[in-house]
Amino acid sequence: MSPVPVLEVRGLVSGFGTQLIHDHLNLTVNEGEIFSIVGGSGTGKSVLLRTILGLERPRAGQILIRGRDLTQMSAAELYEVKAGYGVTFQQGALFSSLTVLQNIQLPMIEHLRLSARLLAELALFKLRLVGLGADAAEKYPAQLSGGMVKRVALARALALDPGLLFLDEPTSGLDPISAAAFDELLIYLQHELKLTVVMITHDLDSIYRVSNRVGVLVDKQLVSDTLERIAAYDHPWIHAYFQGERARSRGRPNGTGS
Amino acid sequence: MFFQSQREGSVIALRLAGAWHSANLAEISSELAHLDAADAGTLTCDVGTASFDLSGAWLLNDTLARLEQQGLKVSFSGTPPDWLDLIERTSSAAVPVSIEESDTPPQHRSEPATAVDHLGRRAVAAWALVLSWLDFVGHVSMVLLRALGSLRRLRPISVLRHVYDTGITAIPIVSLIAFLISVILAYMGAQQLVKFGADIYVVDLVTVGVLRELGVLLTAIIVAGRSGSAFAAEIGAMQLNEEVDALHAIGVEPIEALVLPRMIGLVIALPLLTVIADAIGLVGGGLLCHTLLGMPISQYLHRAQEAIASTTFWVGVLKAPVFAVLIAVSGTWCGMRVRGSSRDLGRLTTTAVVMSIFLVLLADALFAVLFMKLDV
Repeated sequence: MSPVPVLEVRGLVSGFGTQLIHDHLNLTVNEGEIFSIVGGSGTGKSVLLRTILGLERPRAGQILIRGRDLTQMSAAELYEVKAGYGVTFQQGALFSSLTVLQNIQLPMIEHLRLSARLLAELALFKLRLVGLGADAAEKYPAQLSGGMVKRVALARALALDPGLLFLDEPTSGLDPISAAAFDELLIYLQHELKLTVVMITHDLDSIYRVSNRVGVLVDKQLVSDTLERIAAYDHPWIHAYFQGERARSRGRPNGTGS
Repeated sequence: MFFQSQREGSVIALRLAGAWHSANLAEISSELAHLDAADAGTLTCDVGTASFDLSGAWLLNDTLARLEQQGLKVSFSGTPPDWLDLIERTSSAAVPVSIEESDTPPQHRSEPATAVDHLGRRAVAAWALVLSWLDFVGHVSMVLLRALGSLRRLRPISVLRHVYDTGITAIPIVSLIAFLISVILAYMGAQQLVKFGADIYVVDLVTVGVLRELGVLLTAIIVAGRSGSAFAAEIGAMQLNEEVDALHAIGVEPIEALVLPRMIGLVIALPLLTVIADAIGLVGGGLLCHTLLGMPISQYLHRAQEAIASTTFWVGVLKAPVFAVLIAVSGTWCGMRVRGSSRDLGRLTTTAVVMSIFLVLLADALFAVLFMKLDV
């Protein structure tokens, strides 16, 4: 079966002022895969994500989700598309005046019409899914630890059971055990729910454990391939990243067996 | 239809179909509400052609669990779906607590509150607020005394920025308001005084009124609205972003870096704004006297010279630095008290404006009494 592209970015050009960040960048993410985006600081990983989400306007290029161009869509069509993907931001971006449970319920209230009981219990289920208990439900974001914020953000992103998930550094700031649990959760969701995940990450453990393919942002372009081939790529930054001191102690990539 | 149920005796056979997805949850749950399981003994569930997402799977599992609690024997015909494991593990992982029972933060807890109890709590809270304000004022004074020793600690660049933000940029609106208020005063005064043939005293009313009271008061109120809120919002946003904590950690006293420059800047800017407001007010009064009463400008100037005592101008301008301190302290204090949420930020920004205007008016009333006792 040939892979079905869920997300495609074609010829993306973006930049601020005179500074060019992406120069005709291309990206394809296929149905059911976990795609990791890596790159040095300031190479435009977050800008790429924000552009895909429509938070930044590209200078040129197309962004297609399931074959439909987001840059050409009306507000009503975008609303519908937005119910189909979940996003977590680097800092969590939880609504500080709402409790944890209300944060998770917000997309449900916005897009579904459910009874109060169903809303509460479903939100609680999503909370448990990311490993938090009911005792966290009534807390405000300011009362949470950094790791808990990440989990609640994921629970909110999963609120509408999206087929596509965008994660901006989901495991940064988590302890290794929580990060590993997060990886397992992602793999499980990918497996069971045919979830497609686009993830910006610096966590090499995470990349090796969950990624099916990896995209590296270098020289204003995205080089994407399977992990083994990317790791063997002949580019100074990529080489330093995957063959560096911190990468040497890794196991084998996801899917090649251990 | 998301399922079909067939009943034979005490056995219900449930056959699922369709997309059990979150988008359809409302419909599915209303259909499930019609499922009649009274007196039934067993229920077999056939997943059939249905497809699930996580919410749909949860709903099915939740429904079956509820039926099981009612005493039904629930089983899957054929292989149970493989997501069941995840749902069950997740649901049982944490202690099942219903929302009503979960521990709520103390502020939500409703005690049997009598009116006296409520009044007492409010009084204690208000007193704590007063103490916290005094504490802040004391802290600012201490830091100010320490900072007076060296120019560097007074942060002249930052002070100048705040003089610009609170003073220079406020000139247009302050001028406009001063002009309008002198017009109102002159117009109102002329209407009454003409009846007594005492038109000339309109000049007294406008000049003394603007110089002593209204020039400085209205300037202070506008600045409280513009800059008091800005101080609270700027510092509050920094609190939310942990920038204030970062200053602490770096070893910079936040009061010195954030509060003092704003206060000193405003203490410089507000008297200057008041002088401008006074000047515009006098010009506006003159124009009105000229057009409304046909008074020659030379006569207006002459009468103004007689009306204004040597102290009149200074009585007004001297109040400005005091008002400036009150506005700056209120704004920055409210900003420093922001904790946790954006709602807090909005609430305290509002409080900053209300509080600074209130304090300015209170101080003005005290000044009026004081100046009367001093006979100036």
